[in-house]
Amino acid sequence: MQISQLIKTIMLRMIKFFSILIMVIVLSFTLVSFSPVDPIQSYLGAEMMVVSETQKEQIAEYYGLHEPKLKQFFKWFSTFVQGDFGVSLLYRQDVLTVIKERFSPSFWLMSFSWTLSGVVGYVLGAIAGMNEGKMVDRVIKTYSFILASTPAFWIGILFLIIFSVWLGLFPIGLGAPVGMLKADVTWFDRLKHIVLPALTLSVVGGANIILHTRQKMIETLNSEFIRFARAKGEYGFTLFWRHGFRNTLLPAVSVHFATFGELFGGAVLVEQVFSYPGLGQALVQAGLHNDVPLLLGIVVFSTAFVFIGNLMADILYTVIDRRIKPGETV
Amino acid sequence: MNILPDANFFQKTMPQTEKNEYLLEVEHLSMTIERYEKGLNPIRQAVIRDFHLTIRKGEIIAIVGASGSGKSLLADAILGIQPKNAVVEGVLKYNNEPLSDKKKKELRGKEIMLIPQLTNALDPLMKVEKQVKSFLKIKNKRKLEEIFFQVGLDKKAMKQLPANLSGGMVRRVFAAMALASDAKLIIADEPTNGLDEEAANDMLRLLKMLAEQEKGIIFITHDIEAALKIADKIAVFYAGETVEIVARKHFIRGGAHLRHPYTKALWYALPQNGFQPFYPFQPSTTENSRGCQFVEHCPKAKTVCKERHPDLKTIHGGDKVRCFYA
Repeated sequence: MQISQLIKTIMLRMIKFFSILIMVIVLSFTLVSFSPVDPIQSYLGAEMMVVSETQKEQIAEYYGLHEPKLKQFFKWFSTFVQGDFGVSLLYRQDVLTVIKERFSPSFWLMSFSWTLSGVVGYVLGAIAGMNEGKMVDRVIKTYSFILASTPAFWIGILFLIIFSVWLGLFPIGLGAPVGMLKADVTWFDRLKHIVLPALTLSVVGGANIILHTRQKMIETLNSEFIRFARAKGEYGFTLFWRHGFRNTLLPAVSVHFATFGELFGGAVLVEQVFSYPGLGQALVQAGLHNDVPLLLGIVVFSTAFVFIGNLMADILYTVIDRRIKPGETV
Repeated sequence: MNILPDANFFQKTMPQTEKNEYLLEVEHLSMTIERYEKGLNPIRQAVIRDFHLTIRKGEIIAIVGASGSGKSLLADAILGIQPKNAVVEGVLKYNNEPLSDKKKKELRGKEIMLIPQLTNALDPLMKVEKQVKSFLKIKNKRKLEEIFFQVGLDKKAMKQLPANLSGGMVRRVFAAMALASDAKLIIADEPTNGLDEEAANDMLRLLKMLAEQEKGIIFITHDIEAALKIADKIAVFYAGETVEIVARKHFIRGGAHLRHPYTKALWYALPQNGFQPFYPFQPSTTENSRGCQFVEHCPKAKTVCKERHPDLKTIHGGDKVRCFYA
């Protein structure tokens, strides 16, 4: 009974995932097929002048660029189903290789900022909620409202001006020092380059988690079991630690997982501002140069990424519900 | 495994403690809540106006009143956990010492314990065992099991989250907390609310058992019959005031011996006493309202009742009543 239920849930999830994936692919392909950018020109770049018309013709032939769009799509799709994402025109490498290489810096960027915004956001939200209506709460609330309505790229530029240009604390961009061999780059170099983009991303993402945690904390503090806990003589930090923390943490974490989509979207913008060599930047490049295989590859990858985030959020919600609502035990 | 005292237990009278040492004394307790309705002018509403109570060790005092008469707020006021916009005034003494807000904070959960009304008062994410354990001074597993056994919960229930327990079981957990806490004064807020007769009787036995251990019990309820089963004294609560305090032995003599018209009305509304319907409207009391709160429903009301507020006066036998004509 339990296991069949589980299998059913998993099956439903898989069907949902694949239908979303196909829709996203079709939509992305339709959009790029309207792109006015000539893929051959972006493939050749400056060598456009040197290469003869016949050679251009051969390149187009090789990539099947003259074929009808529908045929191109199915050609790509049939190889994709077999696990082959094709070759990127821009990087002249396997799409999977490009993604693998590009995802690593993006992964560190996103996990760093996700963790940071989660921890800081939760703490600030909890403080605000515990002090509802007081000065601390008003300051934190105003701060979150302003940040929640601020675009990520603008914050990024602001941080660049303050921390890189004026204070000179952090490098102005890129993922590693310019002109250094990959083997010579230390983890400290990487860390210095990741701080500002990660901070930007977390500052914007944190506002949501602050407001959510604050709300949840107020709700929890007004609940009957908190009134009782007070009646039992608990107050201050003990009250928070014993009852507030447990009852607000899981909802906060699950909401935080659901922000994977925004996190990825934010990363695209932030990587652009900081010229950070991540997946988001590759996505922008692929779009601008009509590199269809790479674009679709990243789209598939990010869809899976966001889907996993939402799945985690869903699972956590179910766990919370199981614990709070009457179950079958006893 | 019925370790609880049998039904006859209720009928045994408590030995009266001779000394006049009160565990808790409450005089002229009032609570005013300030709130905003339309516009910015605050409305000050007196939810508790003039409440009196004295309780000794081992005594059970029932506070009987209709829903919405402010009974739960009374518990809040004694414990000092009233809402932020509430002002509590009055003289409170615990063990002959003034009970200040600071003192209340010290004593909550240690000396004075609440048995809450709502079953969602347990932390939904903590096993009940752990929630009870926090009251034990010496964390002893055997002692914990003994307490659960005393209130009639088995080991399996101990390991559960509150959502998996029935309303009756949650109330037993509350009783277990009261036992574990070693509190001298227990305020039970509607502990039998929503329970079937058997479960309610179990709960009453538990309260009686707590009183046997020299604990003072304030039993807040709307159920007169339940109150008469275990209480030594009945305090009738109407519109934020104590209108009458009667010893149980006087109360059960019947309606003719009751003094206050509201108490009489409650008595005659009981099925076995005539079942006369009575729907007293709880007046919403703003601070400046004068006169007796019950004047609109009172068959005996005269002009003076509208103009002056009657004080709680002691009549023979130690009972108290708030009426000019009692």
